[in-house]
Amino acid sequence: MTLLKSREAILVGAILLLLALVASRFPGFVTPSNLVAVFTDTAPLIILALGQMVVILTRSIDLSVAANLALTGMVCALINVSFPGVPVPVLVALALGLGALMGAINGFLVWKLTIPPIVVTLGTMTIFRGVIFLLTNGSWVNSHQMSAAFKAFPRENILGLPVLGWIAVIVTLILGLVMSRTTLGRAFFAVGGNPHAAVYTGINVGRTQFLAFVISGMLAGLTGYLWVARYAVAYVDIAGGFELDVVAACVIGGVSIAGGIATVGGAVLGALFLGIIKNALPVIDVSPFWQLAISGAAIIIAVTFNSRAGRSKGRVILKSAEHAQ
Amino acid sequence: MSLAETQQTAARHIPDRLTTPLARTFKSWESLLLLVAIGIFILNSFASPYFLNAWNLSDATFNFTEKAMIAFAMALLIIAGEIDLSVASIIALSSTAMGVVMQAGFGTPAIVATGLVTGLLCGAFNGVLVTRLGLPSIVVTIGTMSLFRGISYIVLGDGAFRGYPSEFAWFGQGYVVWVITVELTIFAILAVIYAVVLHKTNFGRAVYAIGNNATAATFSGIRVERVKFILFLLTGLMAGLASVCLTSRLGSTRPSIASGMELEVVTMVVLGGVSILGGSGSIPGVVIAAFVMGLVTFGLGLLNVPGIVMSIVVGALLIGVIALPRIYQNLRRS
Amino acid sequence: MGHAQTPAAPVLALDGITKTFPGVKALDGVTLELYAGQVTALIGENGAGKSTVVKTLTGIYQPDGGRILMDGEEVRFPTAQDASAAGVTAIHQETVLFDELSVAENIFLGHAPKGRFGLIDRKAMHKDAQAILDGIGAEIDAGVRLKDLGIASRHLVAIARALSVEARVVIMDEPTAALSRKEIEELYELVDALKAQGKAILFISHKFDEIFRIADRYTVFRDGQFIGAGEMADIAEAELVKMMVGRSVDQIFPKRAAEIGEDVLLVAGYSHPTEFEDIHFTLRRGEILGFYGLVGAGRSEFMQSLIGVTRPSKGAIRLNGKVRVIRSPADAIAAGIVYVPEDRGKQGAILDMPIFQNVTLPSLPRLSKNGFTRMAEEFALARQYTERLDLRAASLDTTVGSLSGGNQQKVVIAKWLATQPTVIILDEPTKGIDIGSKAAVHDFMSELASEGLSVIMVSSEIPEILGMSDRVIVMREGRMVAELEGEDLTPETLVRHAAGISSKGEAA
Repeated sequence: MTLLKSREAILVGAILLLLALVASRFPGFVTPSNLVAVFTDTAPLIILALGQMVVILTRSIDLSVAANLALTGMVCALINVSFPGVPVPVLVALALGLGALMGAINGFLVWKLTIPPIVVTLGTMTIFRGVIFLLTNGSWVNSHQMSAAFKAFPRENILGLPVLGWIAVIVTLILGLVMSRTTLGRAFFAVGGNPHAAVYTGINVGRTQFLAFVISGMLAGLTGYLWVARYAVAYVDIAGGFELDVVAACVIGGVSIAGGIATVGGAVLGALFLGIIKNALPVIDVSPFWQLAISGAAIIIAVTFNSRAGRSKGRVILKSAEHAQ
Repeated sequence: MSLAETQQTAARHIPDRLTTPLARTFKSWESLLLLVAIGIFILNSFASPYFLNAWNLSDATFNFTEKAMIAFAMALLIIAGEIDLSVASIIALSSTAMGVVMQAGFGTPAIVATGLVTGLLCGAFNGVLVTRLGLPSIVVTIGTMSLFRGISYIVLGDGAFRGYPSEFAWFGQGYVVWVITVELTIFAILAVIYAVVLHKTNFGRAVYAIGNNATAATFSGIRVERVKFILFLLTGLMAGLASVCLTSRLGSTRPSIASGMELEVVTMVVLGGVSILGGSGSIPGVVIAAFVMGLVTFGLGLLNVPGIVMSIVVGALLIGVIALPRIYQNLRRS
Repeated sequence: MGHAQTPAAPVLALDGITKTFPGVKALDGVTLELYAGQVTALIGENGAGKSTVVKTLTGIYQPDGGRILMDGEEVRFPTAQDASAAGVTAIHQETVLFDELSVAENIFLGHAPKGRFGLIDRKAMHKDAQAILDGIGAEIDAGVRLKDLGIASRHLVAIARALSVEARVVIMDEPTAALSRKEIEELYELVDALKAQGKAILFISHKFDEIFRIADRYTVFRDGQFIGAGEMADIAEAELVKMMVGRSVDQIFPKRAAEIGEDVLLVAGYSHPTEFEDIHFTLRRGEILGFYGLVGAGRSEFMQSLIGVTRPSKGAIRLNGKVRVIRSPADAIAAGIVYVPEDRGKQGAILDMPIFQNVTLPSLPRLSKNGFTRMAEEFALARQYTERLDLRAASLDTTVGSLSGGNQQKVVIAKWLATQPTVIILDEPTKGIDIGSKAAVHDFMSELASEGLSVIMVSSEIPEILGMSDRVIVMREGRMVAELEGEDLTPETLVRHAAGISSKGEAA
């Protein structure tokens, strides 16, 4: 408890320090309007990190999220081009469904064929991207081909925050509720924390992992539409390598890659931390080319930190040792 | 000790083997793969009149030689139960380092040494994080995958290094004799070395033991962490070598060089019959898998199929190769 | 003591249950009856089949034969949830709980009270959990995370979890193993309360004082077979021990009188921060030194520290007069101290590798030339030792995993003997293997001793300890509590020291 609490406190502290450092030179960075912009820009990372968190919690990993995002986004864009009349809510539902389907493919391979998640999602990552190419022959869907309603939805401003930002907030709240208040949510923790014991309590480990992949896929699909609509462009390579940022956000947020340990708050803060760095780099006049290296370094530092905290010290047999703990 | 020479009791005799090594070879994954390779070869020769041409075939070997160099070391690493997803990024960083040295005016020997040493250092970095700090190799190398390529981007941005000395071109563009390229020769030599190391030495046996059961290997007196560290070093070194060859072949360095190659290397290893869970696999298998992937790429190229479709094939191969035996097992059980 | 009359029909009964694992018959047509409002003690040595019974009753294992009856009706428990729904609940030996979840969540995982929209009603869950905890007198806040609790508190949470379902049958698998004296007393009161509620209780324990204090009835298993059952009031402790141990000790243990020679290994003040403290002894040439204790007494942990798997915080060893520092198993092998681990599948053998490669693995440095393996030498060495142990295998290049448990153990022992050690440590050398292989291993151990090897044998089986050892060290809670030999070496003294009961039968 104290450890996780402190992890989130450290992250909040780090984020505030980061903001303070940037603000000391460029006060404009911390104006409410800019902070809203930064949050909105980070929204896709937050949504994907939450899905990834659930997957990692069950001792798996989903490297196909960015490819899933790109494929779903492309499908939405193509539908919009061919049938501009299809309303946005239908597209959103479609994006959720298509994303969930791709997640289900991953989950099925992990559950029923017990193929290691890393192999499954490395494979589906390239397959999903390849399928985009097959659909489009490598051509782009550009802004002028998309309908106004299609592009407007994520940017629509409600109470000062664009819809994209609101969706990140809503997904965070729903995930928070699912993780803490549903049997499934607690099963994710149980499966990752102690799969052997989970069996004793009647939880199907493979099925739980499958559902984690479905959630991750569903959120990736949702982000796919939002991404394509927001940037008003779709092509094979959108969000290329974004899966690494997503994993980085989770690891920074204290999600243990060994499974069983994660918090919704941690994942969101991890994503925000990366998002703020990304948005601050151009402001403090550092080349955006630094971003990749910073993500990598952040993953390594965070995972080192995580493992230090969780190292076991052997069995406690001596009574004196028990009391000393 | 008196134990060694104690009486040989007339216990029942246990034969060394029931099947001869030859019979076992016929039934192996490697034989099946070889048949696939021959099949693809024949298909290709029907599909295109340009296929059965010594120079075209020689060109085709570039499709796999650089990847296979890394795949040999990666095979050992995966057999030992670890993985290195940062190899393509090591290529980028090594290439960048070579570019820096080249721009500083150094000659070919210094450039090559820089490429190899950079690879070695990257491998050491991964190895220290995994074996000293006990971190999971998947996460560590996902991190260094970003970090190593990220450093290349910091150095190069959207620029490139060009103008490598003409002697440097020998590694990626030279021929040893007739159509036999330098890269193919390096590949062949490494194949023999890795096969001997894995299949004929104590080190190779330790690799198998660790991958099958690291705890039992530790109890048996194997220095598990040391072996793993050496394997990360080797993988880094091979990525450095591949970087020398690739940079030499392309004649330039961009930070996006070899991007996505880690996937093809892992696929090659898995296609070669190495268990992704560790513990089993062979170098001959990886060699044949390298030819299979090279031939498929070449064949699709002759048929004007775009490269990204090839990546679907690679992705599907990766999953299919692991999935098919399991589906077969599941069906047989029910 | 139980004074309750045995009701006419048992709540739960096992009838002729059989369960076979590759290489070993864990349960062989056993019978067990549990009655409402009574505590039935299940008594047996390690490997008698107690854990398998628990797993069969809770839906983890499916029996190969026989029937499970509830109120006389045949039932099946295909999953853990089915057993739980039928009212059978267990407090497991290895407390199966989740560190990252709260106490309340641990108690109600899988059957939490639901509120609106099917969401977990956390307030109700917390309140119910606290009520159960208070009901069993546990001073635990239902809101804290499990990982912040000590061992004893975790056990109480496990008990609370068992009580959170409407249970008719409560299984307690060594519930007092990790508890202090005071906590054990509280547990007894709890068991009495459960009895009063009419629950049928299966109580598994190694401690005889406990069984006599709490149980109304007993059932004894040995080697997976039903030996006997009856009322506690009608039986004496000595008789129970005899039923549990079975055959006369010296009949099956052909210990040859070995000539005990000079001191070989001297261990002084070996300590570890949490696992053991101040272990000290001398081991002589040709001697078999037994280490007895209850499961979890720290014996294996000490042995693994001795061979360098873990580092001791203090202590020194002297081998053949020379001080040795052992930092890794490789050092230990080089020095001539080898350890045959208890867990064959995880620590001993590499199941997917061929027999000959398993046998030669620790000897490779000696066997190879310039680091290159030599196949012919490997086969020769493997043959020499496996044939000597009378291994039954189709060929030396079949995998160890394809062998029976007993033959796997022979491969593991062959592997360590092939290193030509000075001291060999065998940890539970006959655990889970069939009688025939057991005899072969015992025979071989005394042969080794008579050839001048020094042997340390860790065992939880009293007859094995008594039959094989020249001298026995008893460990309890990480400490040496007795060193016994000659006339002092009796089943009674062993049990008393291991369980911490003084000769007057009072707790230490």
